This record gives sequence, structure tokens and C-alpha cells, in this order.
Amino acid sequence: MKRRDFLRTGSAIIVSFAFDGAFSRTMPAQTSDLGKPVDPREVDSFLAIHPDGSVTIYTSKVDVGTGLRIAISQMVAEELEIPVARVTVIEGDTAITPNHGGTGGSTGIPQGGVELRRAAATARQALLKLGAQPGANIGALLGGKRLNLKVDPNAPLKDPKTYTIVGKPILRPDVPDKCTGRNVYVQDHSLPGMLHGRVIHPPSIGAKLMAVDESSIQKIPGARVVRIQNFLGVVAPDEWAALRASKELKVTWTDEQGLPGSENLDRHVRESAPDRDETIVNKGDPAAALPSTAKQLSALYVWPIQSHASLGPSCAVADVRAEGTTIWSATQGPHGMRANFSRIFGIPEDKLRVIFLDGSGSYGGNGNDDAAADALLLSRAVGKPVRVQWAREDEHAWDPKGPPQVLEIRGGLDNDNRIAAWETHMWLPMNIQGNRPLVSVDAAGIMQPHGQGAGLMSQNGDPPYAATNVRVVVHYLKGTPLRPSNLRAPGKVANVFAVESFTDELAAAAGIDAVEFRLGGLTDPRALDVIKRAAEMIGWEGRPSPNRRTNGNVLTGRGFAYARYKQAENYVAIAMEVAVDRTTGKINVRRIACVHDGGLIVNPDGLRNQIEGSILQTLGRALHEEVKFDKSHVTSVDWASYPILSFPEVPSLDVALIDRPSLPPLGAGEASTAPVAAALANAVFDATGVRLRRVPLRLEAPLKA
Amino acid sequence: MPNFKLRVNGRATTVESWDPAQPLLYVLRNSLGLHGPKFGCGLGQCGACTVLIDGKATRSCITSVKQAQGHAITTIEGLGSPEKPDPVQAAFIAEQAAQCGYCTNGMIMTAKSFLRQTPHPTAAQVKQGLGRNLCRCATYTRILAAVLRAAKV
Repeated sequence: MKRRDFLRTGSAIIVSFAFDGAFSRTMPAQTSDLGKPVDPREVDSFLAIHPDGSVTIYTSKVDVGTGLRIAISQMVAEELEIPVARVTVIEGDTAITPNHGGTGGSTGIPQGGVELRRAAATARQALLKLGAQPGANIGALLGGKRLNLKVDPNAPLKDPKTYTIVGKPILRPDVPDKCTGRNVYVQDHSLPGMLHGRVIHPPSIGAKLMAVDESSIQKIPGARVVRIQNFLGVVAPDEWAALRASKELKVTWTDEQGLPGSENLDRHVRESAPDRDETIVNKGDPAAALPSTAKQLSALYVWPIQSHASLGPSCAVADVRAEGTTIWSATQGPHGMRANFSRIFGIPEDKLRVIFLDGSGSYGGNGNDDAAADALLLSRAVGKPVRVQWAREDEHAWDPKGPPQVLEIRGGLDNDNRIAAWETHMWLPMNIQGNRPLVSVDAAGIMQPHGQGAGLMSQNGDPPYAATNVRVVVHYLKGTPLRPSNLRAPGKVANVFAVESFTDELAAAAGIDAVEFRLGGLTDPRALDVIKRAAEMIGWEGRPSPNRRTNGNVLTGRGFAYARYKQAENYVAIAMEVAVDRTTGKINVRRIACVHDGGLIVNPDGLRNQIEGSILQTLGRALHEEVKFDKSHVTSVDWASYPILSFPEVPSLDVALIDRPSLPPLGAGEASTAPVAAALANAVFDATGVRLRRVPLRLEAPLKA
Repeated sequence: MPNFKLRVNGRATTVESWDPAQPLLYVLRNSLGLHGPKFGCGLGQCGACTVLIDGKATRSCITSVKQAQGHAITTIEGLGSPEKPDPVQAAFIAEQAAQCGYCTNGMIMTAKSFLRQTPHPTAAQVKQGLGRNLCRCATYTRILAAVLRAAKV
């Protein structure tokens, strides 16, 4: 298709591209790519312009189901002025993709995409110098040669007003394959001579392996035990044989009882000795101001440990050979994995290649890196390629977890019902430099870093509203139970739950409508926009909460929450309508309206998909999710004991997007996660008068009439 | 090794399995290279492994190869291809009803079976009909739209 036809017909034509299969998709790397530049300062590291005019993007950012692949293709195609269908993406292959960061913190577009756009803009300038004409084949100008150019941070970018590709809801290239069973996931990857492996995790965390009775699996064909100190695995040519062997192998472990148990976890967290306290927001003197305020409140909010709970258990394939080791993984950080594994296993980085393949959604650091270490250990032990997929109970029990969060807030209103004093105390696991420890590496007695980190967890602990005296203090704990890890909107998910619930409590104490109260404390027009529009969308009726209205046994109400993600990024407002059954206490969410402003929109349909999923996933986190454990192990190890949002619970959901083409694009994977739980708790309060401050949000039934 | 005669996607085939209790899922994925059905839980709780057996949505992770013998098995590969998707697949593509796509197999296969029994469903019926399939990315609103779209075709 000629470029001018493409431009004239716009997205409608692109849709048909997706259907006829001639669309860009992730291609396996060509061997000819080996040896290409990977230095992120070089344009050729990010882009290859082929003689036929097609373009390959190379990036360390990976698409974990987020739609990043099409979005970055659009950004590059726009700058190069080529149809997006001519763009192919290669993600997260440490041998051929530049390392410009792992995937996380919603940085795929604002950092990864923007860097690719810069490389494309630099290339565009070089092509113009070579005499590039609109619509002509840019590949012919280069004749397959590399550009040999440094990325120019000042390369002129296209004026967003002239965009024809960015901003269009172009269909994702991976969806047709995903809907026809053709998409290759890491779970589907196989190699000649590959064995299937399973890791046998101990019944209690930290248990020592006392005895293994190998005769217990001798009838299972080809099954073989691999033991390295306290690491225990089985391999077999047949997956079912490996699985049965893992279940039937007779093993004796020590019994460890090192956990506090999930009952009263918040008390355990709050009473743990802090390593240090840090005041991260300090304005005025809230402690001094509070006693003289007209109305004073204090409240404690609790967020439980939650699992990534990936639908497909973590998986990896490793092939350890003398000439080099290759790992296929759905990790969000292939380059980080290579650096970490290189040090742990003593393999030079140039002999270790990590190749990303699609996986089950991970939403942060799930068990993928652990499964990769398992596969490497097993492959090294048996001298063959090994595929490891965790069992369901492995994923639920052993993925590193979103840590528990406890927040205590005190606040006071002045005579005009403005926030005069606000003080937040939050308890968080401290950050320790270095990679998160891998389960099997510890078990095998191999030295590794024991870092601790779960993302930027302390943000959004202060109110976004005008307040005279504000303090936020973080009590950093040496640790919290179970390995902490980044889980979608780390920290912010609970901080916004607490801050926006408390804001609602202040509004209720003042007898002021929740939306009016919020608007009164804001001046930023982008904040006002999202709040007003979300209120309109749900048909917000201005009045104070609660407002119990009974229709038979059903109480209905509406709630609101707002956040500016990380106090610096996306603006999100969510309004929610709930119905509560007075006899059972069951909370039914009927309607959700969300308004999202994340700057420039690259692909509105991809963005909408992310926001919809983020809201509904978080609704499940708020209503149901809590990792349960006793003194020795996790006890919520399947979908019955760790329920997530189910289809019948899905409310009507309306998302409105605000586009700001002249502003930088922001990430969208997380921001709309943050206000969900508070909007829900505020709606339940409006309906029932009962304030829920503990996730999962549950009402004790029956409620009083 | 015991042999099992299966009819998969319209074709008769014989597979070997050392264990008659081996779930059909592993036979489809590893013996026949049909990777559409996915391992999610092995417990029949999530639906990622769903195939049609005699037209009915069935969890292949808890159905043994022995039980499947003699029945007509359809996997998602047997419905259509990216170039020629079946109407339910086409509706999922049109609605972009996937994120990671790990549950998509189960959603589409369950929708096939459901729409055969309930050709003109309400939204509430779709939610109930697919109520035992989990989507961790929570792409539920799009899946709902896709099934309703497929019902109209």
C-alpha cells in the first residue's frame, strides 16, 4: 500500500491489515541480528531499516499483555512516516536488544517509547539528508546499511498536530494469534531433547531436606531426581511423568515455623521494630495544629499481602551448554536477569543469553525469575535443555508477594471545613540494595544477593488537596513476611486507599458532599476536569454521606476517589455505585465510571483496555484477595482459597479518556489501580454507614435495619 | 505403551500414553503440538485448558486421555486461524478482548459451547455462562462484548 493511501484511509484500513494477517508482529530474532549494536546511545541499536522499507524495533521493554508492542510501533512509524504494518518488534533478547531498562512502573511508553521515538527522529533527520521523499521507500536510501549514528536527544520531533498514526486505535498484532491458539508463549517453547522439570518446594518455608526415597518414583518412566543441598527437582522426558514424580516422590523435610501467620498481620507489622523512620513530607506542624482544629479524626487502614496470582504458573526453558547458556523467560527484566544470573551462576554475560517470550500476565515481579533459576539449575545438572512450569500451588505459595501495608492517619478540619492538619504514618519493608533472592538458589546453597524492594511504595501518602500542615512519616521495617515484590501500583494502591478513604471521612464529618469537598481543595484544572467528568458520568447527586436508602433488603450508595499517580503523573477519578444486601452483607458493584488523563494518547483502545483491566483486577484485590499463611507456609494456594474477581461480579464500566497531544505520554498500567479500593469503600459507607478500612473489604452481616 | 484413539479437530489420530490417567491437556500440547489449550491450575478451577468434547466445553486438565477416547475433541486451533477466524474468534479480535491472552483459549471455547446452547443471550447470561472462567488481566468487559457480538452474527 502506498503511504498516501494509508494516510487518507487512516485506521479503518489498518483494521483490515490485522485481519488479513499481514500485520506487524513479534518475530523471532534472525541469526543475522547477532553482532548488531546494542549500545543505547546508537540509533542502530534500536532500529534496523531494511532495503524493502520495513523496520525492526529492538527494545528491552517487553509487552506483558499491555499493548506496548503496538504503541511503540506507532510511535516509531509516526516519526519515520511509514505505515505501522511495516514495523516489527523484537523485545527483550539480551543478545540483540539494547538495554534501556526493564519493564515496570508504567515506563514502557513514557521512557521506552519516548527513547525509541528519539532514535526514529534521529534516523528521520539522516534520511532527509539522504533525500528522503514523502511516501518513498526509506530502505532504498540506505540499501541495507546501518545508520552509524548517535541518538540525538535534540532531533526534531513531528508536531503532534500532524500525527496520523499516533492517537489511532490500531489493533494489536498479537490478538489474532492469541484468539486462535497460535501465539507462542514461553509455556509453549520446546527444544530438541528437552526434558520437563518440576521443582519440589518444601512444605514449610526454609525447611531443610532430610531424606529422599528415589525408589518411590522408580515406576515413573524416565523420571530422575536432582538434588542440590536443599534444592529438589525431578526431570522426565514426559511432562506428566515429571508432574507425577514431583507429587509421588517421598521426601522428608524439617518443619520450620518462622512465620507470624496472617491472622492479625497488621498488628505484627505495626509492632515490628523499624529499621529507621523517614519523614518524606513535612509542611507546617500538624501535631501542633491538630489539637486546636474544629473537627479531628484518626483512622487505621490495612492492606494485606497479595499475590500476582498469574493465571499461567511461571515457566522458563533453560539450555546450559559449554559454549553458552540460553534462557527463555517471560521475565519483565531480561537484562536484569542476565546480570543477576551471570553473577550467581558464574556464567560470563557474553555466554548467557536471555530471550523474552510472551507469558501469562505478571503485573510485576511474579515467579518468572524463580522458574528461570529452577530451569537453569536442572539443565546444568542433567546436561539437557529443561522446561520448568510451576504448579498452581507453587505460584500461589512461592511467587514473591505484594507486601502488607498499614497506614495510620490523623487529621483535622478548621471552622471552614478546610484541612488544617494531616499526618500519615505508614509501615513498609525497607529497601535493601541488590536483587531479590531466588528460592531455588538459596535452597541450593549458592551465594546470591538478598536485596529487598517492592517498588516506590511511599508515594501518594499525602493528600492531593490543599492542607495547611502535612506530615508523612514512613516507618521502614527490616522486613515483612514472605518475599516482597512489586505488584501493580506498588504502595500507591494502599496509600491512595487510605488517603482517599480518610478524605471521605473528613467530608462526612464536615457534612459536605464528597465531590464538592475534593473540588474545594484543588486548583489544578486537569484534576478538576477528571473529577467533574467522572461525577457527571455516574450522575452524581450532591449530598453528604452516608445516605441509607433501603429497597427491601438492598442498600445502595455511591462513592468517589481521585488520585494523581505518584503525585506527578496521571490524573484519575473513579466514581462507583454499589448495592449491599443487608441480610448477607454481600457487596455488589453495579457501575463504575472512570476519567483518565495521561497526557498524549498513543493508542486509545490499548489505553482503554489497560484501564478497564486495571480497575476490574483491583476491584477483585479490594473485595477478595488476601494471602493466608500459618507459621510454616502459605495456605491460600488455589483459586478457591485465593479468589479473584469472577465474571458474574463484573459491573458496568465506563471509561473516558482525556487526550493532551501537546504533553508527554504517561504510562497506563497502574494509575487507575490506585483509586479503586477507596471509591468502593466510600460507596459502601454511603450505602450502609459502615466504614470499611481493611482490605479485603467485607461487611459483617446482617446489617442493622 | 498403551495406545489411545482420539478424534481431534476432525482427524483420527492415535497417541501413546504410559498412563491412561494422563490428562488430555498434556497429550494435546506435548504429543499433538496443540498449544492453544493452556495449563492454568490442573484443578478444573480456571478454565484455561478448555476444549470441546462432543461440542461441550470440557476442562482438559482433569479429563484423562482414556476418558477422551472415542469422542470428538475440538481445540481452538480447530475453530479457525488468524487468516480465517471462526465467528467467535473474529468477535474476540474485533473487540480486542485479550491482554496477556492466557485465558483466551478457555473463554473462546466456553463461549462456543455456551452460544450453541444459548444463541441469543443477555449480558447477565453471558456472565453466568462464562462464570467459571477466570481472567487475571480482568479483560471481562471486552470478553462480554465479544460474546454478545458473536451472538449477533
